[in-house]
Amino acid sequence: MSTISREEVAHLARLARLEVTDDELDAFAGQLDVILESMKTLAEVNTDGVQPTSHAVPLVNVFREDQPQPSLPRDAVLAGGPDTAEDRFRVPRILDEEA
Amino acid sequence: MSRIIDKTAAELAADIREGRLTSVEVTTAFLDRIAAVDVTIKAFLHVDRDGALATAAEVDAAVAAGQELGPLAGVPVAVKDVVVTKGLPTTAASKILEGWIPPYDATITERIKAAKMPILGKTNMDEFAMGSSTEYSAFGKTLNPWDTGRIPGGSGGGSAAAVAAKMAPLAIGTDTGGSIRQPGAVTGTFGAKPTYGSNSRFGLIAFSSSLDTPGPVARNALDAALLHEVISGYDPRDSTAIDAPVPPVVAAAKAGANGDLSGLKLGVVKEFAEGADAAEPGVIAAYEAGVEQLVKLGAEIVEVSCPSFSYALPTYYLIAPSEASSNLARYDGVRYGLRAGDDGQHSLEEVMSLTREAGFGPEVKRRIILGTYALSAGYVDAFYGKAQLVRTLIKQDFEKAFEQVDAIISPTTPFIAFKFGERTGDPYQMYLADLYTIPTNLYGGPGVSVPVGLSEGMPVGLQVMGPVMGDDITYRVAAALESTQDTLLADTAPEISTDLRFAALNEDGK
Amino acid sequence: MTKLNDYDKAVETYEPVLGLETHIELDTKTKMFCGCSTAFGAEPNTQTCPVCLALPGALPVANKAAVEATIKIGLALNCHIAEWTRFARKNYFYPDMPKNFQTSQYEEPLCENGYVDVVVDGKDHRIEIERVHLEEDTGKTLHVGGATGRIHGATESLVDYNRAGIPLVEIVTKPVPGTGALAPEVARAYVAELRDIVRSLGVSDVRMEQGSLRCDVNLSLNKPGDEWGTRTETKNVNSLRSVERAVRFEVRRQSALLDAGEKIIQETRHFHEGDGTTSPGRSKEEATDYRYFPEPDLAVMEPSREWVEELRASLPEPPRQRRERLQAAWSLGDKEMQSVVNADAVDLIEATVAAGATPSGAVKWWLGELSRRANESGEELGALAITPAQVAELQGMVDDGRLNDKLARQVIDGVLAGEGSPADVAAERGLEVVSDTGALEAAVDEAIAANPAVADKIRGGTHAAAGVLIGAVMKATKGQADAGTVRQIILDKLS
Ligand SMILES: [Mg+2]
Ligand SMILES: [Zn+2]
Repeated sequence: MSTISREEVAHLARLARLEVTDDELDAFAGQLDVILESMKTLAEVNTDGVQPTSHAVPLVNVFREDQPQPSLPRDAVLAGGPDTAEDRFRVPRILDEEA
Repeated sequence: MSRIIDKTAAELAADIREGRLTSVEVTTAFLDRIAAVDVTIKAFLHVDRDGALATAAEVDAAVAAGQELGPLAGVPVAVKDVVVTKGLPTTAASKILEGWIPPYDATITERIKAAKMPILGKTNMDEFAMGSSTEYSAFGKTLNPWDTGRIPGGSGGGSAAAVAAKMAPLAIGTDTGGSIRQPGAVTGTFGAKPTYGSNSRFGLIAFSSSLDTPGPVARNALDAALLHEVISGYDPRDSTAIDAPVPPVVAAAKAGANGDLSGLKLGVVKEFAEGADAAEPGVIAAYEAGVEQLVKLGAEIVEVSCPSFSYALPTYYLIAPSEASSNLARYDGVRYGLRAGDDGQHSLEEVMSLTREAGFGPEVKRRIILGTYALSAGYVDAFYGKAQLVRTLIKQDFEKAFEQVDAIISPTTPFIAFKFGERTGDPYQMYLADLYTIPTNLYGGPGVSVPVGLSEGMPVGLQVMGPVMGDDITYRVAAALESTQDTLLADTAPEISTDLRFAALNEDGK
Repeated sequence: MTKLNDYDKAVETYEPVLGLETHIELDTKTKMFCGCSTAFGAEPNTQTCPVCLALPGALPVANKAAVEATIKIGLALNCHIAEWTRFARKNYFYPDMPKNFQTSQYEEPLCENGYVDVVVDGKDHRIEIERVHLEEDTGKTLHVGGATGRIHGATESLVDYNRAGIPLVEIVTKPVPGTGALAPEVARAYVAELRDIVRSLGVSDVRMEQGSLRCDVNLSLNKPGDEWGTRTETKNVNSLRSVERAVRFEVRRQSALLDAGEKIIQETRHFHEGDGTTSPGRSKEEATDYRYFPEPDLAVMEPSREWVEELRASLPEPPRQRRERLQAAWSLGDKEMQSVVNADAVDLIEATVAAGATPSGAVKWWLGELSRRANESGEELGALAITPAQVAELQGMVDDGRLNDKLARQVIDGVLAGEGSPADVAAERGLEVVSDTGALEAAVDEAIAANPAVADKIRGGTHAAAGVLIGAVMKATKGQADAGTVRQIILDKLS
């Protein structure tokens, strides 16, 4: 039985802002299935009372003092931009949020 | 007479410091070697001849002026293209970053520069470090110097191949699931993944934040240890960095070279042995011969049980793609890198999608979709959340084992370098390459891969895993194993043909 | 055309349930996760770095001052401060958000379960606080090519990331039932109280007009005894008056729909300042899925109880307590004090009194002439170009008899026009009560000579007739005479 459908892959691709081709949809659906099957084995592991781990050494309260540091020169900031205008990053029209 | 490029980093550093060689001579020798053989191997995405020679000249001037210099001053290094280098192209081998020139340096880049090590260039890798063969680079594959029909491992195949082919005495890699150790094993080089947090991730292009660790690639343990100490240490710009002294790995490598491991207990993982059918017999044979050597040096072998290791692979393949799907969201064609489809017809939303479609390769897309799925509403507890719990069990297995033993050993990889294309069709077969390396990443402790022998004429690595912040023990064991080898495996690599017709034939006739 | 019910009729039939989500920009010196300055009004993209631009490889480090400020807000709102809390990533794509995820908090907010009491119509209303958490702001987008500078109709947009990464505190109320017809006023009073509390803490300038306090208003209606209805979320309601209007409009709109037997759609709506209406946002083809997960680049926070108690001890007097204290000190009635609060003049009057004015004098100027000016120019009272010290100085000049009220108003003109202090303006414009009795006597003599009949009446004992002569003298002195003095001179001369 398939865990992940072509439609579901398409939905995930939209969430992740990936324009995927039909061929990719088919390929990914099949490949993800195999991987997800393996992942499902985790469900059988008893983790009652276990605390999650995210890092090798548990670190707490890592803060920075509120001291200003130099920002990048604006030329350096804009130099990487695919398109800039008026010292800002230019982007094409954003889909209308207001009806 | 030994060529400059045959010398170890430690020898080169001493030669430069003591005036027997200049850094310019040394750096030039490696640049010339790159010019000669990299047309075949293709380990570098970018070579910075001028920059490297400028640093070398500075070192030579400093030596002439009698200045105090760091332990690797003047010794050139190659840097994996996932590490941000100010003014030098940095792409993570992805089209989406093609042409991007960073306006800042990673912390480890700053440390390399402060150590006055000439940067030869940026090495090839699997795109965004996702892969185990360097076949997923957007800019072409890197070939294994031992057999150009085979993969150099991944994701750090470029760094490993550069060191194996003597194009660099040292290189920087990053290890998220084995990307330093596995390429080390399949190219006959030494690779170390330090304790997570014992060095800085600032300026490392993120793949999986809770796993990524930069580390050294070298031809032997001592060279790696020297570089390890250059790049390691606390960094306030990385909130996950550990504020503690760097473990004394150079001293440990020197101690190990004496070849005495008496009193040391080395663990072998019962569950790895039981699942040994996943590994090739030739790999197991080479590894077991290495274990015998360790016993001869006085080590005691103790079986330890780590039942949760069998869940390491699925745990890893939930955590890493989940974090990656979020880390890679920033590549949207707005502030830097590629932009596609901006033709006046498409909205920004469409341009973002078209940019990401054009800029990311298939493995990156696969993992982004996998991670998006694992984090999506209704699944996050069952997947990412559950994986973090299982991660705790894996960590507990390690901690229990280290109550009984000083270090744990295993083969680094289940198989030797495979042929190009052999595993790209089936991602799961590719993921198996990291079977033995992934548990350490999930735990966060150190692991090194040291060349142990050959199978089918190809190198095999032995992995030494240590407790968190116990990096020194891994170097000591590895250096002891090296002391049993008359010639280092890294020095027996076949000479690379500089005949381009031959290289092309090998590549096509894989 | 949107059908609307009459408001009073609507609240006879339906009970509103309110919910308010407020975002407050903190005024820390640096951003939430990097050392870039947060100063307002800098040139575009000059306060950005690898971290807040989300360059490849950059990593966040949390600003301790922002965490402290959030805990202070939580304490001032009577919240429990978490023993263990962490950041989470909220994943969605938007061009003004460089990482395409917002570093925010999810299941473990820094502060939880508090309340604020507000008085409306002499009645206490308790607004329960669900959570106070810490996150980061986005950049600012300029829409080009559209007719109005709005996103609608724009052909392209320009992004400035100076604001991206400024610490933002989000304060979410629990649903607020039971306000009945007072829902709009309660909503307004809550936001005003929240603003006063945060301002008193000194952690934000909470300027709604600069966007450092932004409000989303949730509202649903239900018939008495029924379950709560479906709510709408009106975004970016950015003044106290708008909060009130947005609630009122949604009550009228939703009740008309319900009366017609239609269903309320759970949706995001936009508020229009111009006409006080709301309109639906773009209907999303699929529900947003933020894929929250714990931020792996940041360490968890465990605020120690010692730290929390230290911060609690540093809290200033709560605004409500302070208002009660000042009302007594200024001898104001409830109504008058309410006017002071509504005019946002408590701080101004307190500072004016501190600068030497009498409470009644300070109240008079700020609620009278200066409020009128602010209304005319559409500014906030505190934004007028006159300081409390200047108002105190002005009142002092009146008390000394150097200015009368009419002249004082002209002095205010000068101060607001940037001509300097009241004394400067009075000197420069020659606005001084004529106290030279010689000159006044001459003017009075002239007035008597010009109005013999009136003079006779006064001589005959009709003192009220003096007004005509006073008027003539004032006219002759261009208003710069003190009316009382003039009257005395007239009476002295004609008796
Ligand atoms: Mg928020
Ligand atoms: Zn910044």
